[in-house]
Amino acid sequence: MATPQELRARKAALAEALPGVVLDRGDAMPTLIGRHEDFLIVTGLGGSAHDVGAVTGDQGHVFSLGGAMGAPCMIGLGLALAQPKKQILVVTGDGDLLMNVGALATIAVINPPNLAIVCVDNGHYGETGWQKSHTSLGVDLEKMASGAGIRRTMTAAQDADLERAARFIREGNGAGFVLLRVKPTEPPPFKRNFDASFCRDRFRAALLG
Amino acid sequence: MDAKVDSKGASQASWQHDLYDLLRRHDITQFGYVPDAGHAVLIDRSLADPDVYSIALTTEEEGVALAAGADLGGARAVLLMQSSGVGNCINMLSLIKGARFPFLTLVSMRGDFGEGNPWQFAMGQAVTPVLEAMGVIVLRAEHPDEVIEVVGAAITMAFKSGQSVAVLLTQRLIGAKPF
Repeated sequence: MATPQELRARKAALAEALPGVVLDRGDAMPTLIGRHEDFLIVTGLGGSAHDVGAVTGDQGHVFSLGGAMGAPCMIGLGLALAQPKKQILVVTGDGDLLMNVGALATIAVINPPNLAIVCVDNGHYGETGWQKSHTSLGVDLEKMASGAGIRRTMTAAQDADLERAARFIREGNGAGFVLLRVKPTEPPPFKRNFDASFCRDRFRAALLG
Repeated sequence: MDAKVDSKGASQASWQHDLYDLLRRHDITQFGYVPDAGHAVLIDRSLADPDVYSIALTTEEEGVALAAGADLGGARAVLLMQSSGVGNCINMLSLIKGARFPFLTLVSMRGDFGEGNPWQFAMGQAVTPVLEAMGVIVLRAEHPDEVIEVVGAAITMAFKSGQSVAVLLTQRLIGAKPF
């Protein structure tokens, strides 16, 4: 009998990539993030937590969600305003961002120079059985970010885009948004601590002493 | 506008200014809100204050996540919302409960004492049970002379004891809308 992991991988294999989408999330993320210690990082609850965790390990400068879908961008805003000298990186997914897409408007109005958002867009709800998300059906989240008023936006869909995206999330002249379009494959395996209270204390201890 | 509303308006302005000063004395520097007449003075004061961030939200749940982010960075936030907004926050409050973030919200009530719009009752009457179901301690301020004491207690509970606390600014306090 197949394990749950094998069943998920089979469903992922059946999910269709959007035309022209060639990046693998597990390969793209290390290039995009680079020196992860340069950031305070907030991630979403599903694949985005794995993408980042596979690069950083389970560490104090990363706060990953296990629920509260739609929260990462606004956690990033509160953190960016509290820590104006640190560069804040939010890594979230298309489904998570769609759930609270108004946060892009809120962030654009404040426009903190030290906040970058990466949306890992695989066009699917991978956690729940690989149903297509809106971004497989015509919704363009970079255009929505731009329409919300975020002045610095880009889409990374090819290997050649990743170096520019890596610079983009480190530039400090206004909130930035990167739509990272990836194939609908399983995120890298990563075992993390799901005790949110422990993770909060660890994050604050690492940052504030 | 009748005389009763006028006199209420005058005393309201006074306690609202005292309330802003109280929040600032306790180092609250992030004011998240969905615009609301009941919080107008706090919102306007935060907009005019160069030492705070005044953050207009598109939906109240953004303010819950904002408060968590502020705490991760060592800052303090407050969420100002109307009772209807409490309903928009329910699942996001699992972030506060699960990670034991300190959380302070001031809720201007509708659908309660003297309400004249029947649409407001469903959420207004659900505010306390919904918040309590999500682990938020609910305090009430009914009169102008108790606002500072009640919110002061809530600030201590939230930021010294790490609790999640809502203060309901009731319609006896802010005046019931006849529409």
